[in-house]
Amino acid sequence: MIREDTEIAVIGGGLVGAAIAWGLSHAGKRVTVLDEGDNAFRASRGNFALVWVQSKGLGMAAYAAWSVRSSNAWARLASALKDETGIDVAHQRPGGLMLSLSDSEQERRVAQMRRLHNQPEMIPYPYEVLDHARTKALLPDIGPQVAGSIYCPLDGHVNSLKLFRSLHASLSGRGVAYRPNRPVETITRDTMFTVAGPWGAVRAEKIVLAAGNGNARLAPHVGLDAPVRPQRGQIIVTEKAKPFLSYPLVTVRQTDEGGVMIGDSLEEVGFENVVTTEITATEADRAVRMFPMLAGLNVVRTWSALRVMSKDGFPIYDQSVTHPGAFLATCHSGVTLAANHAFDIAPQIAAGKLSDDLLPFSARRFHVPQAA
Amino acid sequence: MFRRLPEAAGDTVAFTLNGAQATARAGDTVAAALLAAGVAYCRTTPVSGARRAPYCMMGVCFECLVTIDGVGNRQACLIPVRDGMRVETQQGARAIVAEAHA
Repeated sequence: MIREDTEIAVIGGGLVGAAIAWGLSHAGKRVTVLDEGDNAFRASRGNFALVWVQSKGLGMAAYAAWSVRSSNAWARLASALKDETGIDVAHQRPGGLMLSLSDSEQERRVAQMRRLHNQPEMIPYPYEVLDHARTKALLPDIGPQVAGSIYCPLDGHVNSLKLFRSLHASLSGRGVAYRPNRPVETITRDTMFTVAGPWGAVRAEKIVLAAGNGNARLAPHVGLDAPVRPQRGQIIVTEKAKPFLSYPLVTVRQTDEGGVMIGDSLEEVGFENVVTTEITATEADRAVRMFPMLAGLNVVRTWSALRVMSKDGFPIYDQSVTHPGAFLATCHSGVTLAANHAFDIAPQIAAGKLSDDLLPFSARRFHVPQAA
Repeated sequence: MFRRLPEAAGDTVAFTLNGAQATARAGDTVAAALLAAGVAYCRTTPVSGARRAPYCMMGVCFECLVTIDGVGNRQACLIPVRDGMRVETQQGARAIVAEAHA
Protein backbone atom coordinates (compact mmCIF):
# COMPACT_ATOMS: atom_id res chain seq x y z
CA MET A 1 0.00 0.00 0.00
CA ILE A 2 1.22 3.47 -0.88
CA ARG A 3 1.83 6.00 1.91
CA GLU A 4 2.77 9.52 0.96
CA ASP A 5 2.87 12.86 2.78
CA THR A 6 2.33 16.21 1.12
CA GLU A 7 1.40 19.77 1.95
CA ILE A 8 -1.68 20.07 -0.27
CA ALA A 9 -3.50 17.18 -1.98
CA VAL A 10 -5.58 18.17 -4.98
CA ILE A 11 -8.19 15.52 -5.74
CA GLY A 12 -8.88 15.59 -9.45
CA GLY A 13 -6.38 16.14 -12.27
CA GLY A 14 -8.69 17.64 -14.89
CA LEU A 15 -8.57 21.27 -15.97
CA VAL A 16 -9.92 22.57 -12.64
CA GLY A 17 -7.57 20.50 -10.48
CA ALA A 18 -4.59 21.07 -12.75
CA ALA A 19 -5.10 24.85 -12.88
CA ILE A 20 -5.39 25.04 -9.09
CA ALA A 21 -2.37 22.77 -8.60
CA TRP A 22 -0.46 25.01 -11.01
CA GLY A 23 -1.34 28.09 -8.98
CA LEU A 24 -0.51 26.37 -5.69
CA SER A 25 2.87 25.34 -7.03
CA HIS A 26 3.52 28.95 -8.06
CA ALA A 27 2.61 29.97 -4.51
CA GLY A 28 5.49 27.78 -3.34
CA LYS A 29 3.40 24.88 -2.04
CA ARG A 30 4.27 21.19 -2.19
CA VAL A 31 1.41 19.61 -4.09
CA THR A 32 0.23 16.10 -4.91
CA VAL A 33 -2.49 15.62 -7.53
CA LEU A 34 -4.58 12.47 -7.13
CA ASP A 35 -6.35 11.58 -10.34
CA GLU A 36 -8.47 8.81 -11.77
CA GLY A 37 -7.31 6.86 -14.82
CA ASP A 38 -7.98 7.18 -18.54
CA ASN A 39 -11.44 5.69 -18.09
CA ALA A 40 -12.60 8.66 -15.99
CA PHE A 41 -15.55 10.74 -17.17
CA ARG A 42 -13.30 13.65 -17.98
CA ALA A 43 -14.91 16.87 -19.14
CA SER A 44 -11.41 18.24 -19.79
CA ARG A 45 -11.08 15.96 -22.81
CA GLY A 46 -14.56 16.55 -24.16
CA ASN A 47 -15.33 20.23 -23.91
CA PHE A 48 -15.89 22.86 -26.58
CA ALA A 49 -12.88 25.03 -25.55
CA LEU A 50 -14.55 28.42 -25.45
CA VAL A 51 -13.35 31.17 -23.14
CA TRP A 52 -16.84 32.57 -22.92
CA VAL A 53 -18.51 35.53 -21.24
CA GLN A 54 -21.73 36.51 -23.00
CA SER A 55 -24.93 34.91 -21.73
CA LYS A 56 -23.34 33.82 -18.43
CA GLY A 57 -24.62 35.05 -15.07
CA LEU A 58 -28.37 35.46 -15.48
CA GLY A 59 -29.45 34.81 -11.88
CA MET A 60 -26.05 35.58 -10.35
CA ALA A 61 -24.35 38.83 -11.34
CA ALA A 62 -21.20 37.74 -9.49
CA TYR A 63 -20.77 34.88 -11.99
CA ALA A 64 -20.85 37.32 -14.91
CA ALA A 65 -18.13 39.40 -13.24
CA TRP A 66 -16.15 36.25 -12.41
CA SER A 67 -16.27 35.15 -16.08
CA VAL A 68 -15.20 38.61 -17.28
CA ARG A 69 -12.32 38.53 -14.80
CA SER A 70 -11.05 35.19 -16.08
CA SER A 71 -11.47 36.24 -19.71
CA ASN A 72 -9.34 39.32 -18.94
CA ALA A 73 -6.64 37.24 -17.23
CA TRP A 74 -6.54 34.49 -19.84
CA ALA A 75 -3.79 35.97 -22.05
CA ARG A 76 -1.52 36.07 -19.00
CA LEU A 77 -2.16 32.38 -18.32
CA ALA A 78 -1.52 31.44 -21.96
CA SER A 79 1.70 33.41 -21.98
CA ALA A 80 2.93 31.87 -18.70
CA LEU A 81 2.24 28.36 -19.98
CA LYS A 82 4.04 29.12 -23.24
CA ASP A 83 7.07 30.37 -21.34
CA GLU A 84 7.14 27.35 -19.05
CA THR A 85 6.37 24.56 -21.48
CA GLY A 86 6.84 25.92 -24.99
CA ILE A 87 3.26 24.85 -25.74
CA ASP A 88 1.11 27.44 -27.45
CA VAL A 89 -2.45 26.79 -26.26
CA ALA A 90 -3.78 28.88 -29.17
CA HIS A 91 -5.65 31.37 -27.03
CA GLN A 92 -7.47 33.93 -29.15
CA ARG A 93 -9.89 36.63 -28.13
CA PRO A 94 -11.42 38.10 -31.28
CA GLY A 95 -14.83 38.34 -29.64
CA GLY A 96 -17.53 35.74 -30.12
CA LEU A 97 -21.05 35.45 -31.48
CA MET A 98 -24.30 33.69 -30.76
CA LEU A 99 -26.24 33.26 -34.01
CA SER A 100 -30.02 33.11 -34.23
CA LEU A 101 -31.82 31.16 -36.96
CA SER A 102 -35.13 32.98 -36.61
CA ASP A 103 -36.39 36.38 -35.52
CA SER A 104 -38.02 34.88 -32.44
CA GLU A 105 -34.75 33.18 -31.44
CA GLN A 106 -32.95 36.51 -31.85
CA GLU A 107 -35.59 38.34 -29.78
CA ARG A 108 -35.24 35.71 -27.06
CA ARG A 109 -31.46 36.12 -26.98
CA VAL A 110 -31.65 39.91 -26.91
CA ALA A 111 -34.22 39.85 -24.09
CA GLN A 112 -32.01 37.47 -22.14
CA MET A 113 -28.96 39.74 -22.49
CA ARG A 114 -31.06 42.70 -21.41
CA ARG A 115 -32.33 40.85 -18.31
CA LEU A 116 -28.76 39.79 -17.54
CA HIS A 117 -27.54 43.38 -17.69
CA ASN A 118 -30.50 44.77 -15.75
CA GLN A 119 -29.71 42.68 -12.67
CA PRO A 120 -28.77 44.50 -9.47
CA GLU A 121 -25.01 44.56 -8.90
CA MET A 122 -24.36 43.67 -12.54
CA ILE A 123 -21.18 45.25 -13.87
CA PRO A 124 -22.05 45.89 -17.51
CA TYR A 125 -19.77 44.68 -20.28
CA PRO A 126 -19.86 45.57 -23.94
CA TYR A 127 -21.94 43.63 -26.44
CA GLU A 128 -23.69 44.41 -29.69
CA VAL A 129 -26.91 43.18 -31.24
CA LEU A 130 -26.29 42.60 -34.94
CA ASP A 131 -28.82 42.11 -37.74
CA HIS A 132 -28.17 39.77 -40.68
CA ALA A 133 -26.15 42.30 -42.67
CA ARG A 134 -23.92 43.30 -39.79
CA THR A 135 -23.43 39.65 -38.85
CA LYS A 136 -22.46 38.94 -42.46
CA ALA A 137 -19.86 41.68 -42.28
CA LEU A 138 -18.10 39.66 -39.56
CA LEU A 139 -18.96 36.21 -40.92
CA PRO A 140 -19.17 36.40 -44.72
CA ASP A 141 -20.15 32.75 -45.11
CA ILE A 142 -23.41 32.77 -43.13
CA GLY A 143 -26.53 31.44 -44.82
CA PRO A 144 -29.75 33.35 -45.54
CA GLN A 145 -31.52 31.77 -42.54
CA VAL A 146 -29.33 33.60 -40.03
CA ALA A 147 -31.64 36.25 -38.54
CA GLY A 148 -28.98 38.03 -36.52
CA SER A 149 -26.53 37.59 -33.71
CA ILE A 150 -25.10 38.96 -30.51
CA TYR A 151 -21.43 39.86 -30.56
CA CYS A 152 -19.36 40.23 -27.40
CA PRO A 153 -15.73 41.39 -27.71
CA LEU A 154 -14.73 39.60 -24.49
CA ASP A 155 -15.35 36.11 -25.88
CA GLY A 156 -12.58 33.89 -27.19
CA HIS A 157 -11.35 30.32 -27.41
CA VAL A 158 -8.30 28.10 -26.99
CA ASN A 159 -7.15 24.62 -27.87
CA SER A 160 -8.31 22.95 -24.68
CA LEU A 161 -6.37 19.73 -25.27
CA LYS A 162 -3.18 21.76 -25.54
CA LEU A 163 -4.21 23.64 -22.40
CA PHE A 164 -4.66 20.35 -20.58
CA ARG A 165 -1.31 19.10 -21.84
CA SER A 166 0.58 22.29 -21.05
CA LEU A 167 -0.79 22.47 -17.50
CA HIS A 168 0.34 18.91 -16.86
CA ALA A 169 3.70 19.48 -18.54
CA SER A 170 4.22 22.49 -16.32
CA LEU A 171 3.16 20.61 -13.18
CA SER A 172 5.61 17.87 -14.02
CA GLY A 173 8.41 20.37 -14.66
CA ARG A 174 7.70 22.16 -11.40
CA GLY A 175 7.94 18.99 -9.33
CA VAL A 176 4.25 18.60 -8.56
CA ALA A 177 3.54 14.93 -7.84
CA TYR A 178 0.91 13.74 -10.34
CA ARG A 179 -0.59 10.37 -9.32
CA PRO A 180 -2.98 8.80 -11.85
CA ASN A 181 -5.15 5.74 -11.16
CA ARG A 182 -5.78 6.79 -7.57
CA PRO A 183 -9.54 7.03 -7.14
CA VAL A 184 -10.38 8.45 -3.73
CA GLU A 185 -12.89 6.64 -1.54
CA THR A 186 -12.55 8.19 1.90
CA ILE A 187 -11.25 11.40 3.40
CA THR A 188 -10.69 11.63 7.16
CA ARG A 189 -9.00 14.19 9.37
CA ASP A 190 -7.00 14.03 12.61
CA THR A 191 -3.95 16.28 12.77
CA MET A 192 -3.83 16.03 8.97
CA PHE A 193 -6.15 14.83 6.23
CA THR A 194 -5.90 11.22 5.11
CA VAL A 195 -7.09 10.73 1.55
CA ALA A 196 -7.47 7.02 0.86
CA GLY A 197 -8.45 4.53 -1.80
CA PRO A 198 -7.74 0.92 -2.72
CA TRP A 199 -4.22 1.97 -3.75
CA GLY A 200 -3.22 3.33 -0.32
CA ALA A 201 -3.37 6.77 1.26
CA VAL A 202 -1.90 10.28 1.07
CA ARG A 203 -1.66 12.49 4.13
CA ALA A 204 -1.93 16.24 3.58
CA GLU A 205 -2.23 19.44 5.58
CA LYS A 206 -4.83 20.78 3.17
CA ILE A 207 -7.00 19.23 0.50
CA VAL A 208 -8.75 20.63 -2.55
CA LEU A 209 -11.73 18.75 -3.98
CA ALA A 210 -11.59 19.29 -7.74
CA ALA A 211 -13.07 15.97 -8.75
CA GLY A 212 -15.82 17.23 -11.07
CA ASN A 213 -18.94 15.13 -10.68
CA GLY A 214 -17.03 13.09 -8.08
CA ASN A 215 -17.24 16.08 -5.74
CA ALA A 216 -20.90 15.26 -5.03
CA ARG A 217 -19.78 12.02 -3.36
CA LEU A 218 -16.58 13.34 -1.72
CA ALA A 219 -17.74 16.69 -0.32
CA PRO A 220 -19.76 15.23 2.62
CA HIS A 221 -16.59 13.49 3.87
CA VAL A 222 -15.28 16.89 4.94
CA GLY A 223 -18.48 18.70 5.88
CA LEU A 224 -19.07 20.24 2.47
CA ASP A 225 -21.88 19.98 -0.04
CA ALA A 226 -21.55 19.83 -3.83
CA PRO A 227 -24.90 19.21 -5.46
CA VAL A 228 -23.59 18.59 -8.99
CA ARG A 229 -24.80 16.20 -11.66
CA PRO A 230 -23.59 15.11 -15.09
CA GLN A 231 -25.10 16.95 -18.05
CA ARG A 232 -24.23 15.46 -21.41
CA GLY A 233 -23.03 17.44 -24.40
CA GLN A 234 -22.41 15.96 -27.84
CA ILE A 235 -19.85 17.28 -30.30
CA ILE A 236 -19.15 16.77 -33.99
CA VAL A 237 -15.67 17.37 -35.43
CA THR A 238 -14.96 17.73 -39.12
CA GLU A 239 -11.82 17.19 -41.14
CA LYS A 240 -9.33 20.04 -41.07
CA ALA A 241 -10.07 22.85 -43.48
CA LYS A 242 -8.48 26.15 -44.40
CA PRO A 243 -9.48 28.95 -42.00
CA PHE A 244 -12.93 30.33 -42.82
CA LEU A 245 -14.29 31.34 -39.42
CA SER A 246 -12.53 34.25 -37.71
CA TYR A 247 -14.72 34.25 -34.60
CA PRO A 248 -15.83 31.49 -32.23
CA LEU A 249 -19.57 30.89 -31.99
CA VAL A 250 -21.26 29.25 -29.06
CA THR A 251 -22.22 26.29 -31.29
CA VAL A 252 -19.58 26.32 -34.05
CA ARG A 253 -15.89 27.07 -33.94
CA GLN A 254 -12.86 26.34 -36.08
CA THR A 255 -9.86 25.15 -34.11
CA ASP A 256 -6.34 26.51 -34.50
CA GLU A 257 -5.56 23.37 -36.54
CA GLY A 258 -8.50 23.78 -38.91
CA GLY A 259 -11.07 21.25 -37.71
CA VAL A 260 -14.60 22.56 -37.23
CA MET A 261 -16.32 21.71 -33.93
CA ILE A 262 -20.10 21.70 -33.78
CA GLY A 263 -21.89 21.26 -30.50
CA ASP A 264 -23.60 22.68 -27.44
CA SER A 265 -26.31 20.10 -26.82
CA LEU A 266 -27.65 19.63 -23.27
CA GLU A 267 -29.07 16.34 -22.01
CA GLU A 268 -29.88 14.94 -18.58
CA VAL A 269 -28.98 11.27 -18.92
CA GLY A 270 -26.82 10.49 -15.89
CA PHE A 271 -23.40 8.87 -16.27
CA GLU A 272 -23.88 7.86 -19.88
CA ASN A 273 -21.54 9.19 -22.58
CA VAL A 274 -22.68 7.60 -25.82
CA VAL A 275 -23.41 9.58 -29.00
CA THR A 276 -26.88 9.64 -30.52
CA THR A 277 -27.78 10.29 -34.14
CA GLU A 278 -30.81 12.34 -33.17
CA ILE A 279 -28.76 14.97 -31.32
CA THR A 280 -25.80 15.11 -33.71
CA ALA A 281 -28.18 15.36 -36.70
CA THR A 282 -29.87 18.37 -35.11
CA GLU A 283 -26.53 19.99 -34.34
CA ALA A 284 -25.31 19.37 -37.90
CA ASP A 285 -28.54 20.74 -39.37
CA ARG A 286 -28.31 23.96 -37.39
CA ALA A 287 -24.63 24.36 -38.26
CA VAL A 288 -25.30 23.91 -41.99
CA ARG A 289 -28.13 26.47 -41.83
CA MET A 290 -25.64 28.88 -40.26
CA PHE A 291 -22.85 28.06 -42.74
CA PRO A 292 -24.20 26.19 -45.80
CA MET A 293 -20.71 25.32 -47.05
CA LEU A 294 -20.14 23.11 -43.99
CA ALA A 295 -22.32 20.53 -45.76
CA GLY A 296 -19.33 19.73 -47.99
CA LEU A 297 -17.03 18.79 -45.10
CA ASN A 298 -16.43 15.24 -43.90
CA VAL A 299 -17.13 14.46 -40.27
CA VAL A 300 -14.20 12.63 -38.71
CA ARG A 301 -15.31 12.26 -35.10
CA THR A 302 -18.29 12.56 -32.81
CA TRP A 303 -18.20 12.26 -29.05
CA SER A 304 -20.10 13.11 -25.96
CA ALA A 305 -18.85 14.23 -22.57
CA LEU A 306 -20.38 15.06 -19.23
CA ARG A 307 -20.50 18.59 -17.90
CA VAL A 308 -20.33 19.13 -14.16
CA MET A 309 -23.58 20.98 -13.52
CA SER A 310 -24.71 22.47 -10.23
CA LYS A 311 -28.39 23.03 -9.41
CA ASP A 312 -28.33 26.62 -10.62
CA GLY A 313 -25.57 26.20 -13.21
CA PHE A 314 -23.07 28.39 -11.36
CA PRO A 315 -19.70 27.32 -9.93
CA ILE A 316 -19.26 26.24 -6.33
CA TYR A 317 -16.23 27.43 -4.36
CA ASP A 318 -16.24 26.56 -0.69
CA GLN A 319 -14.15 25.95 2.39
CA SER A 320 -15.13 23.61 5.19
CA VAL A 321 -16.09 24.94 8.60
CA THR A 322 -16.03 21.52 10.27
CA HIS A 323 -12.81 20.42 8.52
CA PRO A 324 -10.57 23.51 8.27
CA GLY A 325 -8.13 23.18 5.39
CA ALA A 326 -10.60 21.41 3.10
CA PHE A 327 -11.56 23.39 -0.01
CA LEU A 328 -13.83 22.64 -2.94
CA ALA A 329 -13.95 23.98 -6.49
CA THR A 330 -16.34 22.83 -9.16
CA CYS A 331 -17.79 24.35 -12.32
CA HIS A 332 -18.80 23.48 -15.87
CA SER A 333 -16.43 26.06 -17.36
CA GLY A 334 -13.01 24.70 -16.54
CA VAL A 335 -11.57 26.33 -19.65
CA THR A 336 -13.07 29.80 -19.26
CA LEU A 337 -12.31 29.93 -15.53
CA ALA A 338 -8.83 28.38 -15.70
CA ALA A 339 -7.16 31.77 -15.29
CA ASN A 340 -9.17 32.54 -12.13
CA HIS A 341 -8.46 29.10 -10.73
CA ALA A 342 -4.73 29.60 -11.28
CA PHE A 343 -4.44 33.26 -10.25
CA ASP A 344 -7.21 33.73 -7.64
CA ILE A 345 -8.47 30.47 -6.15
CA ALA A 346 -5.06 28.84 -5.77
CA PRO A 347 -3.33 31.74 -3.94
CA GLN A 348 -6.31 32.01 -1.60
CA ILE A 349 -6.16 28.30 -0.80
CA ALA A 350 -2.40 28.62 -0.32
CA ALA A 351 -3.06 31.43 2.17
CA GLY A 352 -5.67 29.29 3.92
CA LYS A 353 -8.88 31.21 3.28
CA LEU A 354 -11.18 31.94 0.35
CA SER A 355 -11.90 35.61 -0.19
CA ASP A 356 -15.25 37.01 0.94
CA ASP A 357 -15.77 37.99 -2.71
CA LEU A 358 -16.41 34.31 -3.33
CA LEU A 359 -19.21 34.00 -0.75
CA PRO A 360 -21.91 34.09 -3.46
CA PHE A 361 -20.38 30.87 -4.83
CA SER A 362 -20.67 28.91 -1.58
CA ALA A 363 -23.00 25.91 -1.66
CA ARG A 364 -24.73 27.55 1.29
CA ARG A 365 -26.82 29.30 -1.37
CA PHE A 366 -28.64 25.98 -1.83
CA HIS A 367 -29.46 25.74 1.88
CA VAL A 368 -31.84 28.69 2.12
CA PRO A 369 -34.89 27.42 4.04
CA GLN A 370 -37.91 26.90 1.81
CA ALA A 371 -40.36 29.79 2.03
CA ALA A 372 -43.27 28.94 4.31
CA MET B 1 10.09 2.32 -55.86
CA PHE B 2 7.22 -0.10 -56.51
CA ARG B 3 7.11 -2.42 -59.51
CA ARG B 4 4.24 -4.61 -60.58
CA LEU B 5 4.63 -8.38 -60.37
CA PRO B 6 5.57 -9.85 -63.76
CA GLU B 7 2.42 -11.95 -63.86
CA ALA B 8 0.18 -8.95 -63.14
CA ALA B 9 -2.19 -8.45 -66.01
CA GLY B 10 -5.63 -7.10 -66.69
CA ASP B 11 -7.50 -4.21 -68.23
CA THR B 12 -5.99 -0.74 -68.13
CA VAL B 13 -7.79 2.20 -66.56
CA ALA B 14 -7.05 5.82 -67.55
CA PHE B 15 -7.30 8.54 -64.90
CA THR B 16 -5.74 11.94 -64.34
CA LEU B 17 -3.28 12.76 -61.60
CA ASN B 18 -2.98 16.50 -60.92
CA GLY B 19 -4.33 17.01 -64.44
CA ALA B 20 -1.82 14.74 -66.18
CA GLN B 21 -2.85 11.49 -67.87
CA ALA B 22 -2.04 8.33 -65.92
CA THR B 23 -2.90 4.65 -66.16
CA ALA B 24 -3.60 1.90 -63.66
CA ARG B 25 -4.81 -1.69 -63.66
CA ALA B 26 -8.52 -2.31 -63.28
CA GLY B 27 -9.12 -3.27 -59.66
CA ASP B 28 -6.29 -1.12 -58.30
CA THR B 29 -7.15 1.14 -55.44
CA VAL B 30 -6.29 4.79 -56.02
CA ALA B 31 -3.49 4.40 -53.46
CA ALA B 32 -2.01 1.40 -55.30
CA ALA B 33 -2.28 3.28 -58.58
CA LEU B 34 -0.43 6.27 -57.12
CA LEU B 35 2.36 4.09 -55.73
CA ALA B 36 2.67 2.20 -59.03
CA ALA B 37 2.81 5.55 -60.83
CA GLY B 38 5.81 6.50 -58.69
CA VAL B 39 4.14 9.19 -56.60
CA ALA B 40 6.44 9.98 -53.64
CA TYR B 41 3.78 11.61 -51.47
CA CYS B 42 0.08 12.27 -51.82
CA ARG B 43 -0.40 15.20 -49.46
CA THR B 44 1.13 17.57 -46.95
CA THR B 45 -0.48 17.73 -43.51
CA PRO B 46 -2.66 20.68 -42.46
CA VAL B 47 -0.78 21.24 -39.18
CA SER B 48 2.95 20.78 -39.82
CA GLY B 49 3.08 20.62 -43.62
CA ALA B 50 4.89 17.26 -43.45
CA ARG B 51 4.67 14.96 -46.48
CA ARG B 52 2.49 11.86 -46.29
CA ALA B 53 2.10 8.80 -48.54
CA PRO B 54 -0.11 5.70 -48.52
CA TYR B 55 0.98 3.53 -45.61
CA CYS B 56 -1.37 0.92 -44.15
CA MET B 57 -3.31 0.30 -47.40
CA MET B 58 -6.30 -0.91 -45.41
CA GLY B 59 -8.23 2.15 -44.29
CA VAL B 60 -6.76 2.61 -40.86
CA CYS B 61 -3.99 5.20 -40.91
CA PHE B 62 -5.62 7.98 -42.99
CA GLU B 63 -2.22 8.93 -44.46
CA CYS B 64 -3.32 8.44 -48.10
CA LEU B 65 -5.89 11.26 -48.25
CA VAL B 66 -6.33 12.76 -51.72
CA THR B 67 -8.88 14.80 -53.59
CA ILE B 68 -10.99 12.63 -55.90
CA ASP B 69 -13.35 14.20 -58.42
CA GLY B 70 -13.29 17.42 -56.44
CA VAL B 71 -13.96 15.95 -53.00
CA GLY B 72 -11.09 16.37 -50.57
CA ASN B 73 -9.66 14.01 -47.95
CA ARG B 74 -10.83 10.76 -49.57
CA GLN B 75 -9.05 7.61 -48.41
CA ALA B 76 -7.22 6.53 -51.57
CA CYS B 77 -6.61 2.99 -50.30
CA LEU B 78 -10.34 2.27 -50.02
CA ILE B 79 -11.45 3.57 -53.41
CA PRO B 80 -11.00 1.59 -56.64
CA VAL B 81 -9.59 3.70 -59.44
CA ARG B 82 -12.03 4.20 -62.32
CA ASP B 83 -11.84 5.41 -65.91
CA GLY B 84 -11.83 9.20 -66.10
CA MET B 85 -11.31 9.71 -62.36
CA ARG B 86 -9.70 13.02 -61.41
CA VAL B 87 -7.18 12.48 -58.62
CA GLU B 88 -5.31 15.37 -57.05
CA THR B 89 -2.67 15.39 -54.35
CA GLN B 90 -3.34 17.78 -51.46
CA GLN B 91 -1.35 20.67 -50.05
CA GLY B 92 -2.31 21.36 -46.44
CA ALA B 93 -5.92 21.79 -45.39
CA ARG B 94 -8.68 21.73 -47.96
CA ALA B 95 -10.43 24.95 -48.88
CA ILE B 96 -14.07 24.33 -48.13
CA VAL B 97 -15.40 27.49 -49.74
CA ALA B 98 -14.01 26.78 -53.18
CA GLU B 99 -15.13 23.15 -53.16
CA ALA B 100 -18.60 23.77 -51.82
CA HIS B 101 -19.25 26.28 -54.60
CA ALA B 102 -17.61 24.14 -57.29
